[in-house]
Amino acid sequence: MAGIRKAFGGVEVLHGVDFDLRRGEVHALVGENGAGKSTLMKVLCGVHAEYDGRILLEGRPRRFGSPRDAEGAGVAIIHQELSLVPDMTVAENIFMGSEPTTRLGTVDHRRMRRDAERLLAERLGLRIDVGRPIGELPIGVQQLAEVAKALSRDASILIMDEPTSALADAEAERLFGIIAQLKTSGAGVVYISHKMEEIYRLADRITVLRDGDLIGTATSDELPQEQMITWMVGRKIDQFFPKQAASPGDEILRVERLSFREPGTGKVLVDDASFTVRRGEIVGLGGLMGCGHTELLGAIFGRFGQVPRGRIEVDGEALPFGSPSSAIRAGVALLTNDRKISGLVLPMSVLHNMTLAALRRAAPHGWLRGGLERQLGEPFVDQLGIRLRSVADEIGTLSGGNQQKVVLAKWLMTQPKVLLLDEPTRGIDVGAKHDIYEQMNQLAAAGIGIVLITSELPELLAMSDRILVMGRGRITAELTREEATQERVMAAAM
Amino acid sequence: MSRVRRALRRTGRHRGLLALLVVLIGWMAYPPHDATGEAIWPDMRQQQDVFFERAQYGILAAGMTLVILTGGIDLSVGSLLGMTAMCFSIFVCWWHWPAWAAVSAALAVATLAGAVNGLLVSYGGMQPFAATLAMMVFARGVAKIVSNGAKVQTGLGEGSPWIFTQIAYTPWLRFDMGGLPLNLSVAALLFPLSIVLLWLISRYSRFGRHLFAIGGNEEAARLSGIRVKLNQVAAYAICGLTAGLAGLCNAARLDQGDPEAGGTFELDAIAAVVIGGTSLMGGRGGVGLTLIGALIVGYVEKYLSILGWSLPARLMAKGVIIVVAVLIQGRGARK
Repeated sequence: MAGIRKAFGGVEVLHGVDFDLRRGEVHALVGENGAGKSTLMKVLCGVHAEYDGRILLEGRPRRFGSPRDAEGAGVAIIHQELSLVPDMTVAENIFMGSEPTTRLGTVDHRRMRRDAERLLAERLGLRIDVGRPIGELPIGVQQLAEVAKALSRDASILIMDEPTSALADAEAERLFGIIAQLKTSGAGVVYISHKMEEIYRLADRITVLRDGDLIGTATSDELPQEQMITWMVGRKIDQFFPKQAASPGDEILRVERLSFREPGTGKVLVDDASFTVRRGEIVGLGGLMGCGHTELLGAIFGRFGQVPRGRIEVDGEALPFGSPSSAIRAGVALLTNDRKISGLVLPMSVLHNMTLAALRRAAPHGWLRGGLERQLGEPFVDQLGIRLRSVADEIGTLSGGNQQKVVLAKWLMTQPKVLLLDEPTRGIDVGAKHDIYEQMNQLAAAGIGIVLITSELPELLAMSDRILVMGRGRITAELTREEATQERVMAAAM
Repeated sequence: MSRVRRALRRTGRHRGLLALLVVLIGWMAYPPHDATGEAIWPDMRQQQDVFFERAQYGILAAGMTLVILTGGIDLSVGSLLGMTAMCFSIFVCWWHWPAWAAVSAALAVATLAGAVNGLLVSYGGMQPFAATLAMMVFARGVAKIVSNGAKVQTGLGEGSPWIFTQIAYTPWLRFDMGGLPLNLSVAALLFPLSIVLLWLISRYSRFGRHLFAIGGNEEAARLSGIRVKLNQVAAYAICGLTAGLAGLCNAARLDQGDPEAGGTFELDAIAAVVIGGTSLMGGRGGVGLTLIGALIVGYVEKYLSILGWSLPARLMAKGVIIVVAVLIQGRGARK
């Protein structure tokens, strides 16, 4: 791709970017949110038909008018948000739009199933029932089906956008294995990710974009992580994890023997969990996907409607759980791990999202006052470093990192005593991550008790004063900051 | 074509208002000629007529907006209107209740029915379409059964009930503005009043903000401490209340309780909301937009009826307007 320029409604978002991909290469494309990575790839895979610049495939100039064109030329993209239809079967999803037909013109279901099974088994080493609705399968399998979909189109260029964001470690490993296979078979892979470890593990070359400009391309040996981050962010970040020493005060949250079963199936999600959090302390919750830590925080917050067994005390007073509103009133706030589904109201403005959990403060006598609302919300823009034009903007126009900051602002506005953070830096860019770490420090320094769930071990180890590890619903280990190492956490998690 | 689209995009939130202005200016530029050949201008007299004729639809549309903002819909408002009109006229004409009792009881029935809708949707987990469809059919049955299908009127020689006249014609609200008689009736005034009141509530009250949040993302709203179920019940109850108000106006205007009253009114209410720009998915729009939608429909209806278009022809025109309005809104497209 040479000199690619793209503008939306008069605003140029790509300023002449060059990018090339070699056979058998994994080329990582990195940059903050809004840097232009997705736009560049959308140009490549035919989603954006209008652009300036040239695309050459094997030396021949091509221009794709639609995703189908690009697919026909061997370019396939696996989006971050999977493009699968949950109610249709695995086979139907894999061959969506290019189903094998019988002589009569109807869909040949038997051949489709056989082809799907073969594809999954041979290329991906996966043996599953392709007749099941794909929505029933775990997300890791869904992601692999999405890869199979791309492979079925004989793709020689595969673009993967944040492919491991929803995967457990084992599933991610399987994906890495498949990527290695793809390399040896001569395909080229463009890998978009925010996860440093993955980038350095998989990528042969790395290209960094910032604000629509190409900052540089280098092999992964030539480009150390600090340099890459500096390229991405445009300023030097001295210490990636700015953790300050904590001087915790007295107990602010006490959880005693909390147990919780899944409604409907009765499966045990949280099993006899007990722990405390002190003021100013950051307690990390580690564990593999499905270990129950999300459910633990959810149960504390009253998220599930059902009352769990056990006892919770906030600042010495028993918390009547069962509803988010009583939790908020008691001073507990929960930042969920999926902001699009459970954190943001997309059609609303930034400001209205911020005040959503603390409307009483903006409406002292029952009526909302615009001026007062703005006074409550605007300080957070500076405090959290949110990049936007105005708080009246629709929140959908903000990048992921900024959206997450708005969600954080919403919870801070409730003036919580305990802040439960579930994957607060998931899917956001480096600069925003750093801002959130800074914020966590400040909040801890101000005496708020924080519980942090994160699947990125370096983050967990760097930011926590204490680490609790969970496995199968139970707390299996408690490690102090000094004791904690990646190996110990992983061992306790299994 | 894309230049038109770009120009349209810049108009953004004010599209509805612009459309309304276009309609009015169009009327002024091309006044329709009535049966006698006279040109009819959009003057005060015509405005009065439009408000008076569209009052019931407008009141329904105002309440409907709240429900649609939560991402739901209420198909039963037409039937609730009929049911309330029947109850009201029975209370007044047959049972001779005092006016305040008849009004309160009739409104209570309507609000209760609305609350039932809300309970079915929130606690019962039913889809709003299905729940209110059931209520629509049920309430129509109630409307017909209470009088065995007959219309409810005062006895021969008794004359119109006092409360009917008060509501429909309100003699003490008659003004004379320099030769132009202005008769503001309670029925006509209830239209702008309910719009203003519900606009204030939806924009400036916590409850209103809750409705937008529920429509925008119910799960996020719940996790932000909003009592979703309670707010939903309230929204449907208010919608029922407005249907009740419209029912009172209906009975008063017709001077009788008609079991078929309100027949297809829910469609007009929904049309006004959609044309105004509130999204049927919830979370976007508002009562102000609904007023614009109701007026657009009202003016076009009036214009075409002066021209002598038949009712079926006007219905077809309304269908076209809905399509045009949603296409112009652009975002109304399936996401």
